[in-house]
Amino acid sequence: MTETTARPPAEAIAVPPVQAPPPAGGRGRRRLADQARAYGFLLGGLLCFALFSWYPAIRAVVIAFQKYTPGSSPEWVGTANFTRVLDDPEFTAAWRNTLTFTLLALLIGFAIPFLLALVLNELRHAKAFFRVVVYLPVMIPPVVSALLWKWFYDPGAGLANEALRFAHLPTSNWSNGADTALISLVIVATWANMGGTVLIYLAALQSIPGELYEAAELDGAGLLQRIRHVTIPQTRFVILMLMLLQIIATMQVFTEPFVITGGGPENATVTVLYLIYKYAFLYNDFGGACALSVMLLVLLGAFSALYLWLTRSGEDDV
Amino acid sequence: MSTRTLVSPAALARPRGRAVYWTVFTAVLVLFVIAFLFPVYWMVTGAMKSPDEVAKTPPTLVPEQWRFSGYTDAWDLMQLPQHLWNTVVQAAGAWLFQLVFCTAAAYALSKLRPAFGKVILGGILATLMVPAQALVVPKYLTVADLPLIHTSLLNDPLSIWLPAVANAFNLYLLKRFFDQIPRDVLEAAEIDGAGKLRTLWSIVLPMSRPVLGVVSIFALVAVWQDFLWPLMVFSDTGKQPISVALVQLSQNIQLTVLIAAMVIASIPMVALFLLFQRHIIAGISAGSTKG
Repeated sequence: MTETTARPPAEAIAVPPVQAPPPAGGRGRRRLADQARAYGFLLGGLLCFALFSWYPAIRAVVIAFQKYTPGSSPEWVGTANFTRVLDDPEFTAAWRNTLTFTLLALLIGFAIPFLLALVLNELRHAKAFFRVVVYLPVMIPPVVSALLWKWFYDPGAGLANEALRFAHLPTSNWSNGADTALISLVIVATWANMGGTVLIYLAALQSIPGELYEAAELDGAGLLQRIRHVTIPQTRFVILMLMLLQIIATMQVFTEPFVITGGGPENATVTVLYLIYKYAFLYNDFGGACALSVMLLVLLGAFSALYLWLTRSGEDDV
Repeated sequence: MSTRTLVSPAALARPRGRAVYWTVFTAVLVLFVIAFLFPVYWMVTGAMKSPDEVAKTPPTLVPEQWRFSGYTDAWDLMQLPQHLWNTVVQAAGAWLFQLVFCTAAAYALSKLRPAFGKVILGGILATLMVPAQALVVPKYLTVADLPLIHTSLLNDPLSIWLPAVANAFNLYLLKRFFDQIPRDVLEAAEIDGAGKLRTLWSIVLPMSRPVLGVVSIFALVAVWQDFLWPLMVFSDTGKQPISVALVQLSQNIQLTVLIAAMVIASIPMVALFLLFQRHIIAGISAGSTKG
């Protein structure tokens, strides 16, 4: 993990010396003009961040404690939104599903890309072809991937069951069965998103110095030992980063359950973001939706903070 | 390029090593074709089957008859030209707005030393910690009734364009790139009488082509692939982008027509990818090695 701790010495990133205060009015006026120009360049971007990032973040917290109906003035209701949301049986289901989804996505969508990258890195032919093919599903719109897999999972002429029949295996209910629905969605998400992970792993594997493998081999390390003692320690940082990014992304899963299962069967695939959507647009309960958002925000914010803290190296000069 | 990897070149050169290598190579090739190419093939040909054939068990691997009526029906029945055009307008606008405002703001933060610049940058970077999707509801309420001017942007492409500018990741990418441009270069331009805007346009931007390319691709792909946000802001069917329209229409349309529409919806992004695959793949790979 030396790459995180290696920092330039303090002198190297020293702040440029503070400019002497302007001796006369002319210089001050010029600095004012400079500032006006700087803010002219900043204005558009700043306004958009204020309106669509900072203000909504504050508003989520405010509305979480209000009874809010668009068009009429909001009422303060204390923690009523939170207690109502917490009493909702769907709340437990949504969190359980989201956490299970994240965990399964981590197990499947984590080991497979790593193994694939490991093997791909050893292949000396058709390298470009493999990279393009593995990334292809990422470029297919998520809605199309979801609809495509919904069709594969079709109990009638779906490809998934046809494949099982072809292999003389018992068929499954896939996304239509309460106990298989969630894992079916994990398969879709993994298929659709794996390409990026594989490419990043490949890049990390390529940056491992070859001498390390040579030295390990001279010491009599076998293939598995080389993976354990060279490959994994050398890519640990990237693995950790991707793991956190994936947790943050999968905790916000929405498209797959919305398109493929509609949250069913029996709430087996309702996720937290789906529930937020339902509160806002089906129940017209924006207070409840914001209370849920705040909970998700706190949890994801913690993961994001960890991610940023881990990648902060070299950005201290911000 | 041929650096030493996990398996030594010597081991690969042996007859047994070579046999293992080609076995693994073939296995990976077959796996990739089945896992990633076959679903795409199934989609493209599924749209060419007749409604009866597509529901048949066991399914046919190759359509009995290559029909294009699925594609033409989708084009007409699902108003695909309209929805594709909506998507193009939304994506192009988001790209343009991001390029103009994010570039200007990144330039100001990087080179013009605005007062409170660090506070502003901190505020922008803090939004990276707040996952976008978790804020969609308050963002929706803001767009539905903008503060002070009390205008609604719902069903207006501006509801895509303006929030797209608040992209901390792209802004930071640009700022980091501008930081690397030596101040002397810009000062030389100023001594030659160029204003700040002129310096940005004629010096900074031409030097920043690689990063502008990356930001452009990110911006276009993000809008084209997005679903939840356009689902919320476009209740008017005629304004919906292709992703939302596909899901809304999927319920009551013939399967072959829907599949054809799915293929058509995928073509622009897949084409973009095949065209710029080198840059896109290099961009993704480069992002990781810095860590």
